Amino acid sequence: MAVTNKPPVTGAGPLNGILTWFDQRFPLMVLWKSQLSEYYAPKNFNVWYFFGSLALLVLVIQIVSGIFLTMNYKPSAEHAFASVEYIMRDVPGGWIIRYIHSTGASAFFIVVYLHMARGLMYGSYRKPRELTWIFGVLIYLCLMAEAFFGYLLPWGQMSFWGAQVIINLFATIPVIGEDLSVWIRGDYNVSDATLNRFFALHVIAIPMALLGLVAAHLMALHETGSNNPDGIEINENLDPKTGTPVDGIPFHPYYTVKDMVGVAVFLIVFCAIVFFSPEVGGYFLEYNNFLPADPLTTPAHIAPVWYFTPFYAMLRAVPSFFNMQVWGVIVMGAAVMIFFVVPWLDRGRTKSIRYRGPIYRGFFAAFIVSFLILGYLGVEPTNVWGEFGKGIPVVGGDYIATWVARVLTVVYFAFFLLMPWYTARDKEKPVPQRLT
Amino acid sequence: MKKLIAILLLAVPALALASSGGTQLDSAPVNLHDKLSLQRGAQIFVNHCLNCHGASAMRYSKLTEIGLDEGQIRENLMFATDKVGDPMTTTLDPKEGKAWFGVMPPDLSLVARARGADWLYTYLRGFYRDPAAKSGWNNTVFPNVGMPHVLWEYQGGQVLQAAEHGAGKLVLAEPGKLPPAEYDKYVGDLVNYLVYMGEPARAKRVQIGIVVMFFLAVFFVITVLLKKEYWKDVR
Repeated sequence: MAVTNKPPVTGAGPLNGILTWFDQRFPLMVLWKSQLSEYYAPKNFNVWYFFGSLALLVLVIQIVSGIFLTMNYKPSAEHAFASVEYIMRDVPGGWIIRYIHSTGASAFFIVVYLHMARGLMYGSYRKPRELTWIFGVLIYLCLMAEAFFGYLLPWGQMSFWGAQVIINLFATIPVIGEDLSVWIRGDYNVSDATLNRFFALHVIAIPMALLGLVAAHLMALHETGSNNPDGIEINENLDPKTGTPVDGIPFHPYYTVKDMVGVAVFLIVFCAIVFFSPEVGGYFLEYNNFLPADPLTTPAHIAPVWYFTPFYAMLRAVPSFFNMQVWGVIVMGAAVMIFFVVPWLDRGRTKSIRYRGPIYRGFFAAFIVSFLILGYLGVEPTNVWGEFGKGIPVVGGDYIATWVARVLTVVYFAFFLLMPWYTARDKEKPVPQRLT
Repeated sequence: MKKLIAILLLAVPALALASSGGTQLDSAPVNLHDKLSLQRGAQIFVNHCLNCHGASAMRYSKLTEIGLDEGQIRENLMFATDKVGDPMTTTLDPKEGKAWFGVMPPDLSLVARARGADWLYTYLRGFYRDPAAKSGWNNTVFPNVGMPHVLWEYQGGQVLQAAEHGAGKLVLAEPGKLPPAEYDKYVGDLVNYLVYMGEPARAKRVQIGIVVMFFLAVFFVITVLLKKEYWKDVR
């Protein structure tokens, strides 16, 4: 006798029996249908739509490779650096695992930055997908925390001094700053105590938060349905007979097989880096991080890993006012936090950049360019482009790069802060009824 | 859209070109497949570097990878220990090291990854006589380095001749045991070994990578065909 009055599962050949057994005790088919085989996605996804599923892939790669790393890594100031080299040399296959994890960290940010750019471009943050966007920004914040905590663990020179610099940012907060930074470190200096707590946060706390947020991100997305390069709601145009979107196709099998092509291309690039150039010229693995942490020797040039450099460039560019250094930290924090309110800054009538007017396109291009150049400037020392000629009075430093970074920081914020104004005024093109 | 992709693609090589500067470095003749060069380099390393520098991440037994057997390793390379599984540690006491050189000579396990092969190759050929320095030697790529010219017997003594423009020129004032071309080869072997020691898995990594690339190329073709087959009926 059946446990419930659900119909038996069909269409799975020899697996019908076992699937029916599960389905009568667990919402197996309901989940399968609502999330995959009867989740209708717009049929015009382009190359930008690969990066969501790729981000999920990288998350899995990082969790699995991370688990294997923790089996041999030792979170102590005395042994951490040597244990990483032990993994690289004495653990069978250890070097592959380590390179997968170090490459995965950068790959995660590349994929997520492209995914975010897609969301901005096609207005995927707009009503009704505000919450999907907010969960996404929270994922991005967690990712930054995860990368920051994880970067201390190899206990190299850059690990140590990078953490030192970033934790000292909190010390610039008036009144509570000093105590706060000691609380974060668990010591007066970055030390064994700091390494241990960063390890705990990196392997347990943040990954758990990430997994929960990813689930929420996907659930919110599947509630509203996916946006698309045209920014048209496919749910507003249903087939009267079937009740499914005319311009939609089931996610499975269409997008599962299509995303596999994306996975293949991604893995080719990813493995080319892992096997042929894991350092990527010092950008994925910094050369100075092959020196063990030495609290007594400050490296000549401290730069964070490339994915933080746009914000680092802003931090360096902001001068101190009223004898306080905190302004740069505020600007840097605001540059990230401002993503949360984008859904309410945009007053355009169209979602996709395809039908936006020239003003939006101009601002968007300027934003992307400023982000990239700031990223470059954050890697380099401030004197990279030399100084202004003597005698030109400039506030807070004569370096050309500092001033370029200041201008670009303004451009970066202008994209967001002027958005309510320019999106409402832009000359938009008519949006078609159906997908193109 | 297309423009955006083009911008993103153009930005990456621009970033990659960004880091350079400092003294002009000579290109090191690194060839990890040249086992004889690696063996000579290991010998030079053990004879001349290991007295003061350790390589604590490197085990003697690992040298079987460069074509030596355990007997050869024990006989020719192991002076500080009798266990072939031991790491290459130095016998120099850190306190004495600090007293003699100002700092304890650093561990060299990863020096090639931190400094780069070209830097090492230029550095080891860049010593010159400097009466003002404590050890009597100075260096063009590492000014006022605490390390004396350990290989001076082989290279001989160079002096820095002041030039009218830019940095001075190194001139061999007293010839050493090896003619300059031979000395370059000698240092080249040592640097080759240091690069190997920095990442012993490197040669294997590239080998496995080629197989992985072939596998993924096939996987890519299969996924494309699968996608085409499924998407035939869309629109």
